[in-house]
Amino acid sequence: MPFGGSPWDYRRTVSRTEPRRLYRSTDDRILAGVCGGLAEHLSLDARAVRIAFAVLAFVGGTGLILYAAFWAVVPQRVGESDSARPRDRSHRRRPGRPDFIALCVLAGGIVLLVRQSGLWLGDAFVWPVLVAAVGVAIVWQQADESQRRRWAASARAPLTERPARLIAARLAGGVVLVAISVLWLLVSQDGFRAATRGLVAVLVAVAGLALLTGPWWWRLVRELSDERWARIRAQEKAELAAHLHDSVLQTLALIQGKANQPREVQRLARAQERELRSWLFARPQPDGTQTLSAAVEAAAAEVEDMHATSIDVVAVGDAPLDERLGAVVAAAKEAMVNAAKFAGVEQVQVFVEVEGDRVTVFVRDRGVGFDPSAVDKDRRGVSESIVGRMSRNGGAAIIRSSPGQGTEVELNMTRAAQ
Amino acid sequence: MSDPTARPSVFIVDDHQLFRSGVRAELGDGVDVVGDADEVAAAVELITERRPEVVLVDVHMPDGGGRAVIEAVAAVDPDIRFLAISVSDAAEDVISVIRAGARGYVTKTISGPELADAIRRVADGDAVFSPRLAGFVLDAFAGAEAPVVDPELDQLTNREREVLRLIARGYAYKEIARQLEISVKTVETHVSAVLRKLQLSSRHELTRWAADRRLT
Repeated sequence: MPFGGSPWDYRRTVSRTEPRRLYRSTDDRILAGVCGGLAEHLSLDARAVRIAFAVLAFVGGTGLILYAAFWAVVPQRVGESDSARPRDRSHRRRPGRPDFIALCVLAGGIVLLVRQSGLWLGDAFVWPVLVAAVGVAIVWQQADESQRRRWAASARAPLTERPARLIAARLAGGVVLVAISVLWLLVSQDGFRAATRGLVAVLVAVAGLALLTGPWWWRLVRELSDERWARIRAQEKAELAAHLHDSVLQTLALIQGKANQPREVQRLARAQERELRSWLFARPQPDGTQTLSAAVEAAAAEVEDMHATSIDVVAVGDAPLDERLGAVVAAAKEAMVNAAKFAGVEQVQVFVEVEGDRVTVFVRDRGVGFDPSAVDKDRRGVSESIVGRMSRNGGAAIIRSSPGQGTEVELNMTRAAQ
Repeated sequence: MSDPTARPSVFIVDDHQLFRSGVRAELGDGVDVVGDADEVAAAVELITERRPEVVLVDVHMPDGGGRAVIEAVAAVDPDIRFLAISVSDAAEDVISVIRAGARGYVTKTISGPELADAIRRVADGDAVFSPRLAGFVLDAFAGAEAPVVDPELDQLTNREREVLRLIARGYAYKEIARQLEISVKTVETHVSAVLRKLQLSSRHELTRWAADRRLT
C-alpha cells in the first residue's frame, strides 16, 4: 500500500449492522470529504477517486460539477466521532493552513490551464461564476449540519461566542462574494444601465413575492417555534411527573401506611422534604468536587434519618472538602448524633461558616445539657471523638453546656494552604 | 421587647387553603386573624380595606407572589407591615421579598407559638430573622470583591455580624443579649439596622450573589 498503514483494516471496522450508505468522510478528507466518502463506500483507494475527479474536472468541468453536486447532496457522517475510530494518524487528513494554500494554488493552476486550453467560456463569464462558486461554497459549508454540531461541541469550551461569531462572519463573507459576482456578471454582460434595470426588476419581483407569501412564512415560523415550545414544556412536565411519582407519591403512600407511628411519619416527611429540596434548589459543583456545606448537610440528613430529630443546617460560604475539613464534618456529625441522642429535643441547629481560611461549625441544641466538669467516662469517650479528632487535625473544639441550658459544640479549623 | 398579651390583627395571604386554615388553627388566640386571601389581587383589595397590623404573606404565589402584594399595598398604605413565610430555600426569592419591604422571613416549619411571637415582633416594628435568613444575609454581605458604594449601607458592622451569627446558630434574642452582654433592645436595634441595610443597600449581588460567593 502506498499509505503508511493499511486503510483497508480500519474501513472494515465500520459498522456492518446498518445498511451501507454513502457519507462524506470526516476523517479522510481534503476539501469536503466527498472523495474519501466515495472511496470508503466503494472500497476503493481514495487517491484513485481523487485523481478520477481531477481528470474529470478537465472534461468540461464535469468533475467540479460532480464534486459540488455530491457535496450538496451527500450528508456528512455524524455520530461516529473521530476518536471513536482507530487512531491511525496517517489516514486522517484535515486541511490545515499549508494544505489550504496548496489547494488554492492548485485550483488557480487548473483555472489558468483551462483558460489556455480553449474550453474557456470567456473572462467576463467565468470569473464572476468562480467568485460566486466560492461564496456559495462558504455559505453551504456553514449550513452543513454536522459541521455546526461539531462547533456546538467545541463551544462548550470557555470561548463560547467565538464559533458563533465566526459562523456569522463567514456567512456574511459568502453572501457578499455572491452578491459581488452577480453584480459583476450583470454589469459585464449588459452594461451598467441594463444591469441596474435588471436589478430593479429582480428586486421588485422579490418584494412582490415577499408581500404575497410573507404572512404564510411568518405563520410557518411562528407555528414551528410554538411547536418547539410545546414540546419542551411537555418534556419538562413529563420529567417532573416522573420525579414526583418516584419520590413524593411513594412517600405519601408509605406515610398513609404508617399513620399510627408519628416518629416514623416525621422521619419520612423530613427525608422526602430534603430530597425534594435538593432536587429543586441543588447547587451542583461544576467540577464535581464535594464541598463542606454539602457534606455537613449530608451528615445532618443521615443523623435525622437515624434519630428522627430535625436538624436545620445554615451555611455561609463554602469550601471544597479536604482532609482537614473532612475531620470537621466527622466531628460535627458526632456532635449532631450526641444532640439527637441525649438532648431530648426535636430540633438541632447547625451553622457552618467559611470566612477566608477560617472554618467554623456550631452544633446547638436547647436540650437538657450537662455539666462538662462532671462527665462520666462514657461521655468523655464521646467527646474525645470530637475534641480529640479536631486537635489531631490541627483544629480545636469547644463544648459549652450546663444542665437545663442546652449544649453547643463549636468547631474551629484553619483551611490548608491552597 | 414585644408585649406577650397584645393581640395584633393579622391577615394571611397564601395560595394553599390547607396552609391558611393550618396557620389559623396554630395561631389560636394569640393573634386576631382578620381575613385571608389566596391570590394577589384579592389580597391587595382586602388588605387595604381591613387594614391589619401584620400581613403574613407567602413568598411563592402566581401573579408575582408576595412581592407583588407588598408593593401594591405599600403604595396605598405604607403603615401595614409584612412577614414573609415560605418553604423556599432559594435565597434570591427570599431576599427580593425582604427588599420589597417585608420585615422578616420565617419558614413554614415554624411552630405556632414561635410564629405568633414573630408576628407580635413585626407588629411592634421589629425585624424577624430566622436562622436561615441570617445565613442568607451574612452570605450576601460577605465577600470583599463587591464594590462598596455607600459603606453606611453596603457593609455590616462587626456587632451586626456577631448578632446575625448568633441568630444563625439558633439563639433567641434574649440569649443573644445575654451572650453579648447587651440589652434585648440593643439586639433589636442591630437587627433593624441590618434589615434597613438589606432593603436599601445598592450591592447588586444581594439579589444574585449565590454563584460568586460559593467556594471562596
